Amino acid sequence: MTDMIKKTGSQILIESLLKENVKVVFGLPGGQALPIFDAIYGSELNFILVRHEQAASHMADGYARSTGKAGVFIVTSGPGATNIVTGLCNAYMDSVPLIGITGQVATSVIGQDAFQEADITGITRPVTKHNFLVKNVEDLAKTLKEAFYIATTGRPGPVLVDIPIDVQRASCEFVYPDKVDIRSYKPNYDGHPGQIKKVADIINESERPVFYIGYGVVISNAENEIFEISKKAGIPVTHTLLGLGAYPFDTDLSLGMLGMHGTFCANKAMQSADAIIAVGARFDDRCTGKVCEFAKKAKIVHIDIDPTAISKVVDAHVPVVGDAKTVLKEMSVSINYKERKDWLKTIKEWKTEHPLEYNRDDDKLHPQYVVEKISELTKGEAIVATEVGQHQMWTAQYYKAKRSRLFLSSGGLGTMGFGYPAAIGAKFGNPDKEVVVIAGDGSFQMNMQEMAVAALNDISVKVVILNNHYLGNVRQWQEMFYGKRYSHTCLAKRKECPKWCNSPKRGTCPVYVPDFVKWAQSYGVLGIRVTDKKDVEPALKKMLETKSSVVLDVWTEIEENVFPMVPAGASLDNIVTRMNG
Amino acid sequence: MRHTISVLVENKFGVLARISTLFAARGFNIDSLAVGETEDPAISRMTIVVKGDDSILEQVTKQLNKLVDVIKVNEFKGIDYVERGACLVKIALNRVNRGEIMQIVEIFRAKIIDISQNSIIVEVTGSEDKINAFVKKVIPYGIKEMCRTGVIALGRGQAVVRIK
Repeated sequence: MTDMIKKTGSQILIESLLKENVKVVFGLPGGQALPIFDAIYGSELNFILVRHEQAASHMADGYARSTGKAGVFIVTSGPGATNIVTGLCNAYMDSVPLIGITGQVATSVIGQDAFQEADITGITRPVTKHNFLVKNVEDLAKTLKEAFYIATTGRPGPVLVDIPIDVQRASCEFVYPDKVDIRSYKPNYDGHPGQIKKVADIINESERPVFYIGYGVVISNAENEIFEISKKAGIPVTHTLLGLGAYPFDTDLSLGMLGMHGTFCANKAMQSADAIIAVGARFDDRCTGKVCEFAKKAKIVHIDIDPTAISKVVDAHVPVVGDAKTVLKEMSVSINYKERKDWLKTIKEWKTEHPLEYNRDDDKLHPQYVVEKISELTKGEAIVATEVGQHQMWTAQYYKAKRSRLFLSSGGLGTMGFGYPAAIGAKFGNPDKEVVVIAGDGSFQMNMQEMAVAALNDISVKVVILNNHYLGNVRQWQEMFYGKRYSHTCLAKRKECPKWCNSPKRGTCPVYVPDFVKWAQSYGVLGIRVTDKKDVEPALKKMLETKSSVVLDVWTEIEENVFPMVPAGASLDNIVTRMNG
Repeated sequence: MRHTISVLVENKFGVLARISTLFAARGFNIDSLAVGETEDPAISRMTIVVKGDDSILEQVTKQLNKLVDVIKVNEFKGIDYVERGACLVKIALNRVNRGEIMQIVEIFRAKIIDISQNSIIVEVTGSEDKINAFVKKVIPYGIKEMCRTGVIALGRGQAVVRIK
């Protein structure tokens, strides 16, 4: 009987991961995780060595978002563990299933400020769905089983398992449990039938309904149900940043993204609707604008698996707690066919009146143009990860992802430095897919050391840097709301520059560092610089034809702004479609 | 608005921290908190008293329910329930006031549990209001030290908060 043989905690960890069908693990070793890394040596586990622990957590995140499976990372105690806090918080806010394993000092010295000791379960309590400190090796297998179960069920989220070094070394019999039963954790998937009926009634009676869909639709694979109901009942659909790709762009019913940098028609539709059916969305302040002015004419229906999301920001007239797909399936039978000609006509007018626009006719290198070309050349079939900032919003506006799980972006936390490692993680989960990162020059510098991972593992991750030499999003706010006082947003600024500068100019400003082309070359990665609009398309084609990683450093217009825009704290009605307009 | 919440939780280390973190993260002050084992040693009951408007409380109860180690959350609202707390008060004593203090102790059905030359310790149990009233009465005599528990509460009759 092989399973009666005693195994060490470290072996139990590795075998449990294999039992959970984990294909790839990201991380970095350290003193208090040595027994774990010893057990990895010679095992079947595909372990990817990162250059910074934060990147390991983002890689696992990108892997999880693109595959729908839990992402796993292993790091050491103390600084290794504190470095992954951002990654956990990022995944927590965006409901991404992650399993984080941290080494810990021996149980006998916990609390003694031992070398590389950090109370990581204490630190990460508010940013994880749950966390565990395993004090006995006998509890390890059961804890890991529970960790995977908690991370991937209900509203998914990150779970951290902290394993002291003596537990990694101790031995016991290993039996991986088949089932989990946690009496205090029972996610509810079925919506209340009475509530579901009420939702159907509201939809049937409404004249101007809008579907407002979020990442919950993606998690629950409810894209088809939304599509069918929207078509049957003539309901236009707007999506959140993370809901991008869950609804096809090429239909009349698609409104595009809503909120701060959403489309004019999506925001208009929300404000004019008589019924808003929110599915797996959480009424984030970037979506609602000023809450007391938000969708005042609408009955609000809120379908969400997480009861805390309901009536947190906006009071729901009809709450439904349950899984999006299950609820929508049950609801669809009660939805009547309806044409809603007037409503759809109004929407079409809004769309034509104010489409997403930038100056396509001049020969300046507008960043939107680059994204539009990427969308065109990849046919929206590539996995596109973004960092955070202006480029992220332009990608959300102009990259027409064909499906969900193709657009990977840090929504809730807005973590600069997320995109590049997330793209690498996604590539490991989808080796046959084209993976492109659209980055800002600021964000990219936060985790660009991970190029070593791409280069050494010989994977192809294409990086397009929309390089405006600025922390562009903050600069835009400084321009619009702080009298153009560009305080510490210029990334080219040197000692010899005027102390305060608000008139950047290509050619006269100092040379930008780093030289991203040389940086790429130093890893043996192809680097291309583009400074002219006419070179964009050929360079993108070359990039996409190349089988290995490429870095495209595209020098765009410096002071381009993201529009439309609903200023922070303003109502969605106050949408600004262009500067001074 | 004062709310009394009864929370059944797994009797594990770290659970109290999870709950207090949750309140703290929302800037919610806990007025009183009492924790103890139930008849099942694997389960503890926390009785939490908070002040706040109903919508904030709704969020808090939902958030409590969301914690993996929380088994059940119930607010004592619209049901008949009993609530008790306890308080130990060390009161300064002299020949003159001894009689008066004794009388107050008697009225409140409190108990003297220690007596020394210059002070006595009085144990008083009851509702929050009763304890407040007692404390107020003895302040003029000089409270040397006092120590108070959080309130504990149970529904009367059929109203029970337990796992099915």
